[in-house]
Formats: sequence, C-alpha cells, structure tokens
Amino acid sequence: MVSRLGFLGVIARLFMWVFLLGLAVVVLYPLLWMALNGFKTNAELFGNPFALPVDWSFENYRKAWNRGVSNYLTTSVLVTVTSTIATVFVSAWAAYGLTRVNIPFSKAITSVILGGLMLAPTVALVPLVKMFQAMGLYNSFWALLILYTAFRVPFTTFLIRAYMLDLPREVDEAADVDGAGRWTAFWRIILPMCKPIITSTILLHVLFAWNEYLFAMVFTSGSGVQTLPVGLTSLMSKHGTDFPVVFAGMVIAAVPVVLLFFFGQRYIVKGLADGIGK
Amino acid sequence: MRTIFRRAPFQRALGLAWVIPALALVGVFVYLPLVQNFGFSTLKWDIYSGSQEYVGLENYRKLIGDPVFWSSFGNNLLYAVVSIAFQVFGALLLAALVESIRSERWRRGLRAVYFIPSAISLTVAGLLFYFVYEPNLGLLNHALDAVGLGRFGQSWLGQGDTAMLAIIAMSQWQGFGYSTLLFAVAIQRIPSEIYGAAAIDGTGPIRRFVHVTVPLVREMTGLMMMVTISGAFQVFNEVMVMTGGGPDNSTQVLGTWLYRSGFVRNNFGYAAAIATVLFVITLGVAMAQLWVTRRRRVEW
Repeated sequence: MVSRLGFLGVIARLFMWVFLLGLAVVVLYPLLWMALNGFKTNAELFGNPFALPVDWSFENYRKAWNRGVSNYLTTSVLVTVTSTIATVFVSAWAAYGLTRVNIPFSKAITSVILGGLMLAPTVALVPLVKMFQAMGLYNSFWALLILYTAFRVPFTTFLIRAYMLDLPREVDEAADVDGAGRWTAFWRIILPMCKPIITSTILLHVLFAWNEYLFAMVFTSGSGVQTLPVGLTSLMSKHGTDFPVVFAGMVIAAVPVVLLFFFGQRYIVKGLADGIGK
Repeated sequence: MRTIFRRAPFQRALGLAWVIPALALVGVFVYLPLVQNFGFSTLKWDIYSGSQEYVGLENYRKLIGDPVFWSSFGNNLLYAVVSIAFQVFGALLLAALVESIRSERWRRGLRAVYFIPSAISLTVAGLLFYFVYEPNLGLLNHALDAVGLGRFGQSWLGQGDTAMLAIIAMSQWQGFGYSTLLFAVAIQRIPSEIYGAAAIDGTGPIRRFVHVTVPLVREMTGLMMMVTISGAFQVFNEVMVMTGGGPDNSTQVLGTWLYRSGFVRNNFGYAAAIATVLFVITLGVAMAQLWVTRRRRVEW
C-alpha cells in the first residue's frame, strides 16, 4: 500500500493529519482554558494564561452558585423540561393527525405548520413583546415555555411527520381490527414505533432550549425567571472583575449539553441530518 | 354501518383535534406577530407612554437614510460571505478529509470533537472568546507573544476595524463542526461502488473529490448555503454578548440594531421596519431552499 501511495502520498497524509489534529487543538484548547480558569484566582488569571491553577479548589464554583447560578440553572432546567414535553407532544399529535388520520384540509394545514420553519424569531419580536405584555405574561416562565414550544413545533413536526409517513399502512389497519380507537392506537402503537425520531427531537429541543438567548434575554429580566445564557451575562456585568467566577458559571452551563451530545450523538446526528435535507 | 359513520364529515372533522394545538400555537405566536409587524412598522410608537401615531412609510424612509442600518446590513453580508467560505466550502473539504481516514474510531472522534463548540451555547462561546480576545489576560495576545508576533497584539474587540472580524472568527470556530458533520453524513450516503469505480480507474484523491464527492453532495451544499445565509442575517447572540454592537456601532448587525432601536431607544415602529427587512431576506432565502429541495424531488 505504502509503495503505491508513494513518497508524495505519505507527505500529503502527514500534512493532512497535522492539519486535522491541529484543528482539534484549536477547538479543544479554548475549552480547556475555560475549564482551568474556573479553578484559578483573579491574580493567576491575569498572570500567565497558559499556567495550570495552583490550587484546585471549587471556591469559584461555590461563589458562582451563590451569586445566582443556582437560580439560573433551576429556571433553565424547568424551561427546558417543560418546553421539551410540550413541543414533542404537540408535534407528535400534529404529525399523527397529518399522516395517519383522514382529516379535512390536511394539505393546507401541513403547509401552515411546516411553513413556520421559514420565519425568523427576530421578525416577530416587537409584536410578541406587546402581545405578552397584554397577556400579563411578560417577564415570566410562561413566556419562554410558550415561545420555545411555538417556534419549535414546525421543525419537530417536520421530523416526526417524515418518520410517520414511512411507517407501513398495515399498522393502522391492524390497530383498527383490534378495535383500538385513534387515541389508543397513537399511544400504544404509533408513538412507540417512533421512538428513534422522538429521541432525536427531544435531544435537539433540549440543546435549543438550554442555549436559546434572544427570547430569554428580551422576555425576562428578574433573576427568578432568567435562564443560564442570560444569567451568565448578568453574572458578568454584576461581578465583572471577578472573572474566574464567570468562568465557573460558563462551565456549569456548558457541561450538561456537552455530555448530552456525547451520549446522544447518534440521535442528534440523525435528527440534524434528516432535519436539513430529507 | 360503523365504517359509514366513521367517514361521516363530523367524524372527519373530529380528527382536526390532533392538529389544533400545533395550529393554534403556530398561528398565534408565529404567524400573527408577523402580520402585526407590518402594521407596527407604519407607526411612531412609544411603548412606555403608549402613544401611537400613524406615519405611513416614514420609518422605511428613515431606514434608507440611516447609516447604521446600512453598516449593520453590510456586517450581516460580511458574516454570510465568511461563513459560506468556512462553514460551507471549508467544511465540505474538511468532511472529505475526515471521511478519507480509514479508522472508523478516528473519523467518529474527530467529527465529535469538531462539533463540541456547536453543542455549547453561543453565549458561552461568545463570553469565552471575549476573554480570548481580551488584551491583558487573553489567550490570543499571549499566544502571539509566545511565537514572537507580540507586536500584532491588540484590543481585538475594542476597535472598530477588528471587532467585527473577531466576532465572525469566533462564529466560525463555533459553527464549522456542525456543517462538517452534516457534510460527513452526505458523503457517507454516496454509494461506495462509485468510489470503488473511481479507485479502479486510478483516480487520485483530489480528482475523486472534485469529480465524485463535490457533484454528489451538491444538494447538501445548496442547502447548507441557504441555512448559512439565513443564519448570518439572524445573528444576534454573539454580538450582544461580545460587544453589544459597539464600539461606536461598528459591530451592529440587523438583529442587534433592531433590538437597540426598539428596546433601548424606545422606537418600536422603527424596530418593526427593520424586522420587515429581515423578514423579506429570510423568506427569500427559505423560498430558494424550498426550490432546491423540490428540484431534487423531481430529479429523483
């Protein structure tokens, strides 16, 4: 093999590996730096940035936790969990209705729901603020729950619908023979069959809700309703000079989603790939 | 008897219950604001005093004469151009390199490592790079120092001529792994016989990339291009976190200028007019995307 590759081929492969591994370092080093800075003191931070922390204490984490991160984390978990549940169920119902039930105007309804994919949240920002102020839901947990659900239903429905379209017709007929109603058929037969795509949509929604910033920033201001992304920026502006504490907060925000990605990689990749080009 | 009853219009209409929650949510919170936005863009509107006055197309006229609007638009455009270079063409090349590795473990590992920045939020990535670019404690200036290029060290985010490029560079770092991953999936879907045939013909890796890989992932390239352009015009998070649009509005993009006009300068009609511009751009890109996908369906 090597002889066929030839001298130039070996050099080319060497360059390729240097490039690919170099890129990996460029990605990983800033992240490592962030994690290490969470253990440093301010003086160390302003000293040699490449140095390791002298004393590996969790003091900065404790400070970050007490300066609001515990609240931000709670809100983030709450908003993420509830909006994931709402989005996945509402979307799965819609996908089921559009693919397995004979309903009137199904083509038009499909276009309306999936058409939501084309609309950017920024465009709706001003009217939404006015709407939520009028409903008395501005600066509340409900604003984020509703918005995260409404703006992710099109994408999630798109994914689940594509999957349900591929399920064989006989499944519904079998359910019909068993005398199962639509409701039972959905919960007992169709939904379990969609488990892989449901897993993908759950993971993608968690990534979205955990990281979302625009709505979180515009629709919340009190520390009781702020999610981590917004909370981190207030941590930065309120305690601006105590940078290691900010780094600790960043690590707390980043670790859950990085872990989620590593454990759910297969489903996330599948969801992303189907979502863009199916 | 039972089947006849089932097909009755009433029963059929009852099936709508499955889609009503989704329709209601999307209708009220996605479509309705969009329609309202057009109306709002014709108002002079102070949200705190509540005063509203119809001014016709005045906001759009002001938009055309607003230098910050145009520089914001230019920044979005720059964002799109750089992102297409790195996150579409660069990522395609990178994906082809990664997929040419024989070891499955290395391929998987590299794809995963490159993707990590896309999993963390733009807020965390933006804050991280705020510190990387920071002139005193930042990695970048210290790294330049370490390799003897210290004279190029500067306050990257603190001056107008480097701040926008610094933000865009961060965004490439954050996003290239995502598009590389999607291109990798597209390359994996190319039937292996095609590569086998190319190998028998004695085609070298570069020709194989140009004549086999690029044409066969063309559709993914088109879609990624649309997604990238659309994303470049919706940029908000990283600018907000890293510079807030400054210094001196030099890193303002349409999203942040909209926010500032409406929520800081209390001019909601004007913000709505910027939103309309964003709407036209993103809808245009989405239509193009739809067209790319449709055309493929006809071909197959």
